[in-house]
Amino acid sequence: MTNKELILSVENLTKVFGGVIAVDNVSFTINKGEIFAVIGPNGAGKTTLFNMITGVLPSSSGNVYFQGKRLTRKKPYQIAQAGVTRTFQNLEVFDNMTVIENVMTGAHITMKTNILTAGLRLPTVVKEEVYTMEKALQCLKDVGIAEFAYEMADKLPYGSQRLLEIARAAISNPQLILLDEPMAGLNAEESRQLVEVILKMRAKGMTFLFVEHDMETVMSISDRLVVVDNGVKIGEGTPEEIYKNPKVVAAYLGDDEAEEGVVYA
Amino acid sequence: MNKKSLKLIYNNSLVGPSIFFALLFCIPLVGSNYTLAILTMIGFYALVCIGLTMLTGYAGQISLGHAAFYGIGAYTSAYMTATLGLSPWLAILVGAFISALVALLIGIPTFKLKGYYLALATLGFGIIVYTAFKELTSITGGSNGFFGIPAIQLFGFEFVTDQSFFYLIWLFVFIALIFSRNIIHSRIGRGLRSIEGSEIAADAVGVNLMKYKLQIFVISAIFTSISGSLLAHYVSFINPTLFTANTSIYLLIMVIIGGVNNIWGAIVGSATYVLLGELLKHFVPVFFPNIGGEFEIVFFGLLLVLTLIYMPNGLVPQFMKIAGKFQKKERPAPIAFTIDTQATGGEVND
Repeated sequence: MTNKELILSVENLTKVFGGVIAVDNVSFTINKGEIFAVIGPNGAGKTTLFNMITGVLPSSSGNVYFQGKRLTRKKPYQIAQAGVTRTFQNLEVFDNMTVIENVMTGAHITMKTNILTAGLRLPTVVKEEVYTMEKALQCLKDVGIAEFAYEMADKLPYGSQRLLEIARAAISNPQLILLDEPMAGLNAEESRQLVEVILKMRAKGMTFLFVEHDMETVMSISDRLVVVDNGVKIGEGTPEEIYKNPKVVAAYLGDDEAEEGVVYA
Repeated sequence: MNKKSLKLIYNNSLVGPSIFFALLFCIPLVGSNYTLAILTMIGFYALVCIGLTMLTGYAGQISLGHAAFYGIGAYTSAYMTATLGLSPWLAILVGAFISALVALLIGIPTFKLKGYYLALATLGFGIIVYTAFKELTSITGGSNGFFGIPAIQLFGFEFVTDQSFFYLIWLFVFIALIFSRNIIHSRIGRGLRSIEGSEIAADAVGVNLMKYKLQIFVISAIFTSISGSLLAHYVSFINPTLFTANTSIYLLIMVIIGGVNNIWGAIVGSATYVLLGELLKHFVPVFFPNIGGEFEIVFFGLLLVLTLIYMPNGLVPQFMKIAGKFQKKERPAPIAFTIDTQATGGEVND
């Protein structure tokens, strides 16, 4: 990334559950066009961190800024309106709709139809519907599942449902997409397909933040990452730097895996 | 891509509703006055149930106080036309406006809470409004009722016969049905349905849940109020017992029996309720000569329970199943996007 433009900054984010500090003073910044990962062992506070950024959980202290605007204490739908969308670890497709309707629902914030114009079905509404449908088909095409457009979403295989979530998150032209453990539950072929989609979208200028378990993917696609352990940030940098960070190696990778990992990197 | 491609997703065709209403509008040519009176009654309930179906099935909220909006419409029309001598059409508008305002006042605080708080709030509200109808005797005539509501007029034509009123009410039902279906087949409908599909994801794509629940609640209050206004002009005499909590419960029963996932459920449900009610009125006293007037609520209560157990989606899906046996369902062919999506594969990880 030659042209570094700050897009998201997380400043001293902290979450306390009763007496337990789940996330302790974590800070990092993401630049436009980056694929940025948050990794850490189970229970390290990754998901809590993620939920605070997406507005699902309120933070105890600290702030999140997105393009200079404060996201902290905003509701999830307001965060979406600001230009940050997300996918879910445990799939959350709208199972009562077709695939294309799912994606069209993703375009909700970019549409202008209100309840009155919808009820009267004014020509502008029809025009907007057609435009959104076209765009939704394009998004489905981009992730490679356009042939399922008119199927019910819950009939799709697991991997395709995850791709559907990405299409749904991408249709509103967000500035940043957050992926919650995107590789969870996918087989090797599905993972490969997903990585391909993410890289293709990044090539078009999309920025990604993701929380992930699967080390191989993290190391192969992320530009930079932070490592959290017990709620504390213990390392930050490129994949190569992370492998050389003794703290990270001790806490997370273990000596054997670290050596193996160098091969990937 | 053009307008027609939307048909792949939504059946927005006017053909189905037009055929239905064309057939319905032929009935006065053959039906007796009794038949027309029954069908007109179904029309009043159907208009209410269309709004209530959207509220229950699409916004996922239960109202136990719609009889109150029905009553607000009826009494506003009665008071403005009979007492003040104003135009019935103006009265319908004012009634709808008051109902919308009241719905906003109830909805704003309750929709901030998750769960079925609307049911509780509307139940209480319904009882308050019923009491008001009974006690504000100078305006409503109290328990004695409100007499002498004039007929509704349009360009000098008076809707006094069953036949003319039949056409009037079903015209309103037709408009409400198309209006509601348009909402469901749009951004708003998707937003509402997404709440049922996954609330957390709906939130994440930017759907303002509270706003849409509130809007649907207001729309349903408006439909109900209009129906109440028309009822007042039709029967020319109203009293508070038409608008008790029982009425609200019957309305909800109609909606559930018809099926909340389809807007046609409103018509099916209200027809089922009115027709069964008529049958009961005729046959129950034959077999049980000493029975009191409360057997209806027992019967419909039982019917509600059975519906929820054996066909939780109501009658409409059952009809569609039967209809599906007679006609092969047309499914949109998979589109030809598959070829070029495969073309870019394999360059990344290898």
